[in-house]
Amino acid sequence: MSVSQAEFRAALLDASVPVPEGLLDAQARPAGRRFSVYRNNVAVSLTEAMHQAFPVIAKLLGKQNMDGLAGMFLRQHPPSSPLMMFYGEEFPAFLAATKQLAHLGYLPDVARLELALRRSYHAADSTAASADDLALAPDRLLQARLRLAPSMQIVRSPWPVHAIWRFNTEPDAPKPQPGAQDVLITRPDYDPLPQLLPPGGADWISGLKSGLAIGPAFEATLAATPDFDLGTTLALLLQGGAITSVTMERLNT
Amino acid sequence: MLDDALRSNRLPAAPGVGYKPQHFAQILEQPKPVAWLEIHAENYMGDGGRPLAQLRLLSEQFPISVHGVGLSIGGEGPLDTDHLARLKHLVDWLHPASFSEHLAWSTHDTHFLNDLLPLPYTDATLDRVCDHIDHVQNTVGRQMLLENPSSYLAFEESTWAEPDFLREVARRTGCGMLLDVNNVFVSATNLNYAPQDYIDAFPLELVKEIHLGGHDEDQDDHGNPLLIDSHGRAVVDPVWALLDYVLERSGPRPVLIEWDTDVPDWSVLQSEAQRAQSALERIPA
Repeated sequence: MSVSQAEFRAALLDASVPVPEGLLDAQARPAGRRFSVYRNNVAVSLTEAMHQAFPVIAKLLGKQNMDGLAGMFLRQHPPSSPLMMFYGEEFPAFLAATKQLAHLGYLPDVARLELALRRSYHAADSTAASADDLALAPDRLLQARLRLAPSMQIVRSPWPVHAIWRFNTEPDAPKPQPGAQDVLITRPDYDPLPQLLPPGGADWISGLKSGLAIGPAFEATLAATPDFDLGTTLALLLQGGAITSVTMERLNT
Repeated sequence: MLDDALRSNRLPAAPGVGYKPQHFAQILEQPKPVAWLEIHAENYMGDGGRPLAQLRLLSEQFPISVHGVGLSIGGEGPLDTDHLARLKHLVDWLHPASFSEHLAWSTHDTHFLNDLLPLPYTDATLDRVCDHIDHVQNTVGRQMLLENPSSYLAFEESTWAEPDFLREVARRTGCGMLLDVNNVFVSATNLNYAPQDYIDAFPLELVKEIHLGGHDEDQDDHGNPLLIDSHGRAVVDPVWALLDYVLERSGPRPVLIEWDTDVPDWSVLQSEAQRAQSALERIPA
């Protein structure tokens, strides 16, 4: 009696599927709960990976609920590659589609923030530009384009995701208040740092990423956010080491 | 079949440990008696950041063993060529002292199951495993060590004994062997044979690295012992005794302490490494 890996996998991920015949103990009796060792290894290791990947979601939901959700998630979305550092890409959409969590509408965006923090942590290294690189005459500055670090990430949300993240990771953080928040993640050394962007900041950075120079990206942002604070946003990028070069040339985007 | 020139393995016949980032500073300050480090390849396949920076620094001071856990050498389908390319990239820049993988499968279709799953020892499995190892060694450009698994059950269809199967894989592909002594003890207990018999049948002359780790104890449906290879506690005395049995026959080899869950303080790993050092020192001349 041979056992295919498709049969093995089906029984691994679903405890209601019988243990495949042809798996035995030392006395040639059916393997029974010996097979459960593999079931358990898979479920426990992937559940543990989800706890590590989404600590704030786990804290918001509590360990028991997180275990239950991870158990459902790992069966619907087993890892698609051996790079466990990126496991859980589908988790925000999974949370959004879970009816029992509909009253916690912010959860998917908090999960997106946690994914973005991990992407930033593992992103390629880059050398940060200095303030001197930006010491240009005002008209030149507005024509300059900025190359941004691969570790820089933006998460936009109609929820106060930055405040929720802080409240669950910092001891004395204030209680979150309702309102949309956009988050900039930079990686000054090796630890990703999420910071609140001023209104319009995410639009402006997205303009820079699409290849616009500082001035035109600023003009485009003002259309939706007339009081956009360019100075603060630029300082966040610079201090976070998220600007890798300042150039007067066109960028390949 | 692999060129002789590609069979270099530069791990010293001394204790090593599985590297955990929480021990980074202590390893650099007081490594002894640990002489080399092993990493799980998949944890260093990101594009940058702290993991790679730490690895670069460690590799300047220690021989590094790259131990893959995700290639799915025994998978029924073809190897994941993207993953193989990532592995080649890591080996190309790191120039590790050793590179190893497992006799197991973990990926089916596109699903990676994050566990080392068992194989039936048949002629068909043998052909497939050898093809995959040829593919890996040709791509990575160096010899791979193949690790014996821990078994919780047996396949009715198996026609090969595990040591014979491994010897034949090595004969056909030119791969080396990574002998996990704890896995031998776990499998022998679970499948009711003498671990010494397994060692006697094993191609010890091909062993270039030894693994030791802790296991958990459970029972099967009939009340028989069921040991689980958990890497979450100290190596038990019978496994240390089995290490002596191996070393008496193999001579000095690099010996690794694996501790992957409930990772202890560095000092605990140092004392486990010291025990491995003592075992290496008492090998009869």
